[in-house]
Amino acid sequence: MEILLYGVINSISLALMALGFTLVYGISRVPNFAHGALYVFAGFMTWIVLNKLGLPYPVAIVLALLLSALLGALISMGVLVRIRGMEMSEVIATYALGVAILEGFRWAGFKGTTYTLPPFVKGSVQLFGVPIDYQRILVVVLGIGVFVALWLFTHLARTGLALRGIAQDERAAMMLGIDSDRAATIAMGIGCALAGLAAVILLPLGNIVVEAGYNVLIFAIAVCVMGGLGSWGGAVIASFVIGFAQILTVAYIRPQFQMVVALLAILITLIVKPSGFFGRQKELEERV
Amino acid sequence: MEEGRRKERIDRGIKVRTSGLYAISGWPELVYLISPRFVLIVGMLSLPLIFSVAPYWQRVICIVCIYTMLSIAFDFLANFVGLINLGSAFFIGLGGYLTAIMNVYLGLPPVLSIPIATLLGAGISTLLILPCLPLRGIYFAIVTLMFPLIIEKLIQAFNILGGTNGIVGLDGFPSAWWEGYTAIIVTLIVLFALRRLVNEDVGLVLRGVKDNDQAVKASGISVTFAKALAVFIASSIGCFAGAYLSHLYMWAGMSLFALDFSIMPIAATVIGGGGTLVGALIGSFILVPLSELLRSFGTLRIVFYSLVLTAFIIYKSEGLMVYAQRKYHQFERWVKV
Repeated sequence: MEILLYGVINSISLALMALGFTLVYGISRVPNFAHGALYVFAGFMTWIVLNKLGLPYPVAIVLALLLSALLGALISMGVLVRIRGMEMSEVIATYALGVAILEGFRWAGFKGTTYTLPPFVKGSVQLFGVPIDYQRILVVVLGIGVFVALWLFTHLARTGLALRGIAQDERAAMMLGIDSDRAATIAMGIGCALAGLAAVILLPLGNIVVEAGYNVLIFAIAVCVMGGLGSWGGAVIASFVIGFAQILTVAYIRPQFQMVVALLAILITLIVKPSGFFGRQKELEERV
Repeated sequence: MEEGRRKERIDRGIKVRTSGLYAISGWPELVYLISPRFVLIVGMLSLPLIFSVAPYWQRVICIVCIYTMLSIAFDFLANFVGLINLGSAFFIGLGGYLTAIMNVYLGLPPVLSIPIATLLGAGISTLLILPCLPLRGIYFAIVTLMFPLIIEKLIQAFNILGGTNGIVGLDGFPSAWWEGYTAIIVTLIVLFALRRLVNEDVGLVLRGVKDNDQAVKASGISVTFAKALAVFIASSIGCFAGAYLSHLYMWAGMSLFALDFSIMPIAATVIGGGGTLVGALIGSFILVPLSELLRSFGTLRIVFYSLVLTAFIIYKSEGLMVYAQRKYHQFERWVKV
């Protein structure tokens, strides 16, 4: 029972981490390697607004999310639009920017275990005989909420429909008057805000550390690669597979192997079936 | 609207002459052809002499050469074969650990352990990368990014090969001169050998793999074999650099798999100019000493060269060497359209 409950929580956390990455890749085909950096950025921004400016917690969260969305849009407008279509330049540029953000925080003195965010609701509850704190339950509830909100946004709102149009057929969408660069910027902004949202929801469970940036990036890539880059349904299923695999290794083998599981998932998926569970790319496009 | 102008680029006469038999027709042609290579070789060989007054900087030259070899390997794989390797650190770590095992556990001298580690490491990495070779573009990049991370975590988790402390007590080099000249001479050999290789038939096939692998396949040449060969060459360069590095520090540890060894060659290649091989060398000779100078700023230097890298990708993606070559071989003038 414990494994089942914590497996679900872990899977939803992974899905939250990966959501922004898969959204950006799905819409504008940009692998956003600065994803992990944005996650940590939002965490530290919340901490700064909360503790240095002394504003209330909800305001801090909203401000941090807005700032990460803004940063993402700026990266998209200033960097990514100029190197659109050159895949390797995109990878290297976003990766370099991510490293710059993360190491910048480290240089500014944000290291160690002193940086924590308070949980939304304190306390814990017994569920089927397993103690679970409220924050973890909130992770599940909010995670599902975010998925539903995103689904509604992309299926009902005009902007969301435009983004889906660009994702499905860029040329046809452009003919219908949807600006591709603008859509990419909006997607990047939303993706980065989602990274920030994941940070705000998940970080109260632990400390804010710079290394989390690299780990989140790897988890996000693992989930997205396994589910098929750019596919949401695949990402959710893959996060459940990897999430339960991680919990099982922690329970039965050793806790240090948690990261190895994610890395092996990437390797095996890429070797066996690079398009993942629900990859929308043709097999021929990605292998010879 | 203002009258349109455009910049016209024309090859210099001397460039055209030197590309054929007329290269030996007179001194200006010979000098034009030889001087860049001459300056590079003599300059590299005289570096340890110049810096013999500053032992610390002699050591820095060795480090620069290690990064240069990695950058040349990265440039070769990325711009001549089309395989983007985000995990050069994997080669460094493999070469370093293999030579450490050979030297410390089996007691072989460095003269034997470094070449064996080079070849063995290249063989192992080629075998490991072999299943991923059909992958393209970003997929291959992700896989190679994972390799050094996995090995690092495995060493940490199993606590093998000295665990987090690493293997200590490797043999060092006899003197600082040996250290410097081993690195410099091997770097020069690697550079000129690869330049020759990419212009031979093999190089043509490799470039074919990059530009149009279907055509290579249709010509009855195995794409996988060509790629595996390229990976073997590049990884043997990387493994030599790793083996040399661990003998230089007389230590092999987990930091051989560190991020520095993966990101610095990319930055050096982009700044120096991809697809020229010499550009990788120039890039490392700019970046590595710079990061040594900035060492006191801690991780700020990583921020600094990440930003420089991004700026170069956006604004000057051709790199310094391509720019310099253009100025050397061509003249420019404005013409009316």
